[in-house]
Amino acid sequence: MGALPIVVERSTRASRVSAVGFGVVLVALATLPFWGGPGDMRLVAEMSYYLALAQLWNLLAGYAGLVSVGQQAFVGLGAYAFFYMVGPLAMSPYLALAIAGPAVALISFPVALVVFRLRGAYFAVGTWVVSEAFMLGVTQVKALGAGSGMSLTPAIVRQIAPDRAGREMIIYWITLAVVVLVFAGVYALLRSRHGLALTAIRDSEPASASLGVNTFRTKLVTYVVAAAFTGLAGAVIFLSKIRLSPEAGFSINDWTVVVIFMVVIGGIGTLEGPIVGMLVYVVMRELLFQWGTWYLILLGLVAVVVMLKFQDGIWGYIAKRFDLHLFPVRRQLTRG
Amino acid sequence: MNWLSILVQGSLLGGLYALFAVGLSLSFGIMRLVNIAHGDFIVLSAFAGLVAVRALGLDAIATLLVVIPTMAAIGYALQRGVLNLTLGSNILPPLLVTFGISVIIQNGLLQGFGADIQRLHWGAIETQSIALPGGVAVGVFPLIVFAVAVVSIFALQILFYRTTLGRAFRAASDDPETAELMGIDKRHLYALAMAIAMVFTALAGVLFAIRTTFDPASGPIRLIFAFEAVIIGGLGSLWGTLAGGILLGIAQAFGQALSPTWQILAGHIAFLIVLVLRPSGLFPRQRDE
Repeated sequence: MGALPIVVERSTRASRVSAVGFGVVLVALATLPFWGGPGDMRLVAEMSYYLALAQLWNLLAGYAGLVSVGQQAFVGLGAYAFFYMVGPLAMSPYLALAIAGPAVALISFPVALVVFRLRGAYFAVGTWVVSEAFMLGVTQVKALGAGSGMSLTPAIVRQIAPDRAGREMIIYWITLAVVVLVFAGVYALLRSRHGLALTAIRDSEPASASLGVNTFRTKLVTYVVAAAFTGLAGAVIFLSKIRLSPEAGFSINDWTVVVIFMVVIGGIGTLEGPIVGMLVYVVMRELLFQWGTWYLILLGLVAVVVMLKFQDGIWGYIAKRFDLHLFPVRRQLTRG
Repeated sequence: MNWLSILVQGSLLGGLYALFAVGLSLSFGIMRLVNIAHGDFIVLSAFAGLVAVRALGLDAIATLLVVIPTMAAIGYALQRGVLNLTLGSNILPPLLVTFGISVIIQNGLLQGFGADIQRLHWGAIETQSIALPGGVAVGVFPLIVFAVAVVSIFALQILFYRTTLGRAFRAASDDPETAELMGIDKRHLYALAMAIAMVFTALAGVLFAIRTTFDPASGPIRLIFAFEAVIIGGLGSLWGTLAGGILLGIAQAFGQALSPTWQILAGHIAFLIVLVLRPSGLFPRQRDE
């Protein structure tokens, strides 16, 4: 038998084609300020930070098995860290953005040590309690504006750019840069040794532990990294909103429920799923938001039906049906 | 600061929290299901009581005769028709399905009743109190709620350890596969367990509606209180849940004595301290005899 060499294939033809496609989309979005209106920029910016949050939640729940419903804690903490640094500490907004993520990582470490004592669904509710505790804690701190929150003063905002149009453009690019950073970071992480360990943990924690994966450390690192980027996203979100209050910063509905909806609809445990889910969510919202509570009831129903009947979500179905992987993280053995 | 008052009022509040927690504890104990919509079912029961008062002209407590069977039927149907399909090794489906149900209930109530703050009235007994030595006044109604919590847990203990149904519940909890081999119909048994959990949820909801005000968004924080009581007390122990509820109530009463804004935060802090010092809770389940 002719021993053909076996090659580890890490990309697919679809992934090479889609890489070009995503490059084109990215260039189009990056130049949006020159050909689109402020409304378009706001919508794309919002889609970007939702995609970043969705991808981070997907990393936690879809790969590390850490189903958190408390990620709003890190959105709020990132936003408060940023507002505190540029306000009372009078730091440059750019420096503050760079520090917000690491600052949240620092806080998330002891949080992880506490909530990791709970398993499964209890972990989920535990992270929620922690977030509530942070929200109520912030309302007790006068330096953080207590219950009424904080605002970015015109003087701070002018440091980004003197005029309104320039500011909107720069904040738009920052938001876009954050989602690219998150996406590329998660993709690179999942393709690395660390990603292999994560996938193993997702499939079976006891089995991966017995094969030498340090499951506790892998999950801890993932949790802290996701918290750091969630914090950065929070800082950017509230930079564009100018105003921050405890209820808005630590809102479970805005920063976690909606995000979970996107990931589940799109397909959990795939990198493409959060993109699809985010797009579906935004389209549904634009079409149905005037229905108010009925629209939210419909979202709830869709989530229930998807979880009961289509657990793989939209992209999960497509990937299985057509064996299509735009962002392959698997290693495939082929005869070269 | 009146320590005796904090202990007494906190314990009585803890009785209500224990009652919140019973349903959550049952569904986790028997089918390993954490019902994220649990708090919303408490609030749904409160609204059901409100409807019964308005439509049928019932006395606030008499609404239990209607609300309990209704919620039990909803519980049975929900478990049999929906939640049984989510059970398995993957924790996401039950979590997200109950999350979806929570969104549906909250917005359904908002659609039906608006965001107004509601309350059930049960006449003069709401404001009656007994004066204790040391300047502590004990509300009659909170005392009744506490007594109901103790009696409920006592009744459940008898159900679990003295009846055939209870043995089936414990068998399914310990080893569902073997229990099925022994002729237990798991789908029916789980649905019964959820119906029983809903009986106590309905009881908790109506008593809560008489004790404090509520609105369609009151559910999630009740889920959190129930959850904290269960974890503080220790998983799988009903008397532990009562103790957990009482500890949570005392922590909140202590926080409120410091400043009204500290009430709930103090409860969260107590929960986190217990989690750090005794991760399996104060009274985790002992081996069954």
